[in-house]
Amino acid sequence: MTRWVLAAAVAALYLLHQDVWFWDRARPFVFGFLPVGLFYHAVYSLAVAALMWALIRFAWPAHLEREAEAEAAETPAPPGRDS
Amino acid sequence: MIPALVVFAYLGVVLYIGIFAFRRSSGPEGAEGYFLANRSLGQYVFLLSLFGTNMTAFTILGSAGHAFANGIVTFGLMGSSSAILIPLTLYLFGTRVWSLGKRHGFLTPVQMYRDRWECGHIGTAIFAMQATLLVPYIVIAVMGGGTTLNAVSDGVVPYWLGGLIVALVVMSYVFFGGMRGTAWVNTFQTVLFLTFGAAAVIFISVSIGGFPQAMERLLASPETAPLLTRERVPPKFFFSYMLIPLSTIMFPHISIFCLTARKMGQFKKTVIFYPLAILAIWLPCTFLGVAANAMRDVPGIETKLEARATLAAERDALPAEEIAELQRAAAGDDVIILMLEHYAPLWLAGLLGAGIMAAVMASDSQILALSTMFTEDVFAFYGGGSRFGPQVQVQTGRLFVVLIALLAFVIALRAPPGIFGIAVQYAFSGFTSLLPLLVSALFWRGSTKWGALAVVIWTAATVTGVAVLQAVVPAPPPGTVVPIWTAGGVDIVTRTPGGTDVWGYMPVLPMLVGSTLLMIAVSWLTPKPRAATLARYFST
Repeated sequence: MTRWVLAAAVAALYLLHQDVWFWDRARPFVFGFLPVGLFYHAVYSLAVAALMWALIRFAWPAHLEREAEAEAAETPAPPGRDS
Repeated sequence: MIPALVVFAYLGVVLYIGIFAFRRSSGPEGAEGYFLANRSLGQYVFLLSLFGTNMTAFTILGSAGHAFANGIVTFGLMGSSSAILIPLTLYLFGTRVWSLGKRHGFLTPVQMYRDRWECGHIGTAIFAMQATLLVPYIVIAVMGGGTTLNAVSDGVVPYWLGGLIVALVVMSYVFFGGMRGTAWVNTFQTVLFLTFGAAAVIFISVSIGGFPQAMERLLASPETAPLLTRERVPPKFFFSYMLIPLSTIMFPHISIFCLTARKMGQFKKTVIFYPLAILAIWLPCTFLGVAANAMRDVPGIETKLEARATLAAERDALPAEEIAELQRAAAGDDVIILMLEHYAPLWLAGLLGAGIMAAVMASDSQILALSTMFTEDVFAFYGGGSRFGPQVQVQTGRLFVVLIALLAFVIALRAPPGIFGIAVQYAFSGFTSLLPLLVSALFWRGSTKWGALAVVIWTAATVTGVAVLQAVVPAPPPGTVVPIWTAGGVDIVTRTPGGTDVWGYMPVLPMLVGSTLLMIAVSWLTPKPRAATLARYFST
């Protein structure tokens, strides 16, 4: 269930990149100087960071690391490897 | 001359870090040690170095220049789209590439494709395609180094010598330091960007009396007001541009870099902080590029604005040579440098010159990646590894580093300036078109080597097709298009001022759709790898 919610959030954020609602507008200038279209994409980048945190927190593919560590432990170290 | 001295001091520091600092062992180093730093990079070096690897001359100079001409759309096109897609691909694909590399000892993506699809020469075809698309980056970095050193030394260092110095510095630390040296240099460079980039924004803001007045001036003029919106950019173009950052994970230096992390957990901070790092670099560059349009007191910028106005008013009456000359004069790739020279104190301009050099020198990981691929995917695969042993493999890698750097320098001296900039544009679409290789190798049991070959052939054909079309049909004036193929009264393929459109979208969209369909169709029709091979990649 969590994975489906996160997948939907990724799809939604991907589509929200296409912000047609601010396409022709410069005002308001956020903080007095940032055109609203530019401010939207700055906030969008922050939202992406939050989504990435959620992906790491709730859908981290930990099995990949376990498999790799287990298999690497069974395999002799390749030549030249640091001790 | 002070900025030039700061830049030379910076090159010395970079050389020291790359060659001597952070060396782990004094004994002979194996291939995994030289090419992948023994898969042992810590999380902050991994994050900062991966980000620095992606910061090219285009990020600092090109993004500001693009924003100077096109406005705030630059950040949405290239910044925020990368902010979501690059960390997402690292999370989805980078972690899996790391895991497979650790499990099966892969040093390059081609080794994985060969093993996954039980192929030999098709892997060589993938190598050739990736190498062809990567070479222009290395050349353009040498050219950027020559131009930057020439500019910061007020012409004392000629272009050829600047390019040679950059090629020698990069070659030296990649030669001696391998992946570990390259990673630490990239880490140092990223910290430099972030620190001095912030200082530049503050200095320029204070010097021009604050940004609000500049924005009001731009909005009041009919010529510059559209720069604060996206009214000149078709939504279809904007939507398809969103596919370009998918190319990042397919660049060999990025996918090889995914193999260097000590633990998979090191991807966590990288995935979370990557969008924030993009924001920190791209937003100031875009904003300063737009704001430069209001800085008419800077002589160089005033000249550019005059050239742009002349082009807009008299384009139809001017001969082609004069149009080309005016286009060059109006180009904004150096607006950041012009603003810094005018507004920032001399010492800061020097440090920022060093920061720009850092961006220009991002070719280090590309040279190392190409050398790794030549050594592992060609030399070792075709018998060199087993015949001469691992030590010779490392020496071969070093030899390739020297050859690639020198070749890039020679090409940079002879090539016309615009050619490789255009080739880099094609490379982004080409690498995006190759994405089905990685996705199907990692997630689809039914994919086959013949599907992979179809993807490579399709990519080569479409990249060449677009390049030929743009060479044969000259770019039309702004606001007009040249129909190339019309069906039922609808323009299917058009030549636009900025490139080529397919039904209003960038060529990357049909290229990616085509390569995906080919992978599915050809794999469906051809024999699958053996069950034993599939069992090594898929647990159920």
